[in-house]
Amino acid sequence: MSALINVPARAKRGEIITIKTLISHIMETGFRHGVTGDLIPRDIITSFVCRYNGEEIFRAELFPACAANPFITFNTVATESGTLTFTWSGDNGFAATETASIAVE
Amino acid sequence: MERETDPSRRDMLKAAGTLAAGCGALLLRVSPAEATPAAMQAAIRNVIGEAAVKPGKVTLDIPPLVENGNTVALTVTVDSPMTPASFVKAIHIFNEKNPQPNVIGIHLGPRAGKASVSTRIRLADSQKVIAIAELSDGSFWSDTVDVVVTLAACVEDLSP
Repeated sequence: MSALINVPARAKRGEIITIKTLISHIMETGFRHGVTGDLIPRDIITSFVCRYNGEEIFRAELFPACAANPFITFNTVATESGTLTFTWSGDNGFAATETASIAVE
Repeated sequence: MERETDPSRRDMLKAAGTLAAGCGALLLRVSPAEATPAAMQAAIRNVIGEAAVKPGKVTLDIPPLVENGNTVALTVTVDSPMTPASFVKAIHIFNEKNPQPNVIGIHLGPRAGKASVSTRIRLADSQKVIAIAELSDGSFWSDTVDVVVTLAACVEDLSP
């Protein structure tokens, strides 16, 4: 799966960390016409969720107005060591999951 | 010398005019369905209900002049302490003239620590982009930016 995640490997407890995510996806809007003049059907990622040790900390609903290869940056407080799980889902059964671990001292 | 350069300059202007008209025709041709300011208002009401939206607290950082509408970087920052007592619940971004008024909906919580989110969007035309933040006390705040787009997204139709 072609996703890029940037999470600091270690952080101090209570520190605000910035998380950057990028996933490769065409994000076909469903408003363009193909060579035959037919509409190209929509194929986008509709939802992105980030969980920190199982608890949801960030969620986004995406629309065709999101650029191809959706890039999302957000923040969270480093509370404890553990795993961040990133899940994207979308049209045509698209689903991708990535994880990153963080050590909090 | 003057006489030699004059016609060529006139020709150039004529050619430029034709080119501009051609581009105009192209832009007119490609607008399958277009959100309008009214559609944007309807979409906003659909998401946030009848609540009043006040300008302030939200900073929408987006370039005022965009060369390529296919990918426009933006950052939304909301002035909030992000504590369990007072935090940003959601940020919604809308546009006026894309085929659809919704751009992205973001849900946050006090664990975010800082209410700042970046992403990249598409813009099909020069238009207003609005970011609306929903705070935990139920109030709504917004920031609106006028963006000029030189190369619009969604015009790369493959049909002849």
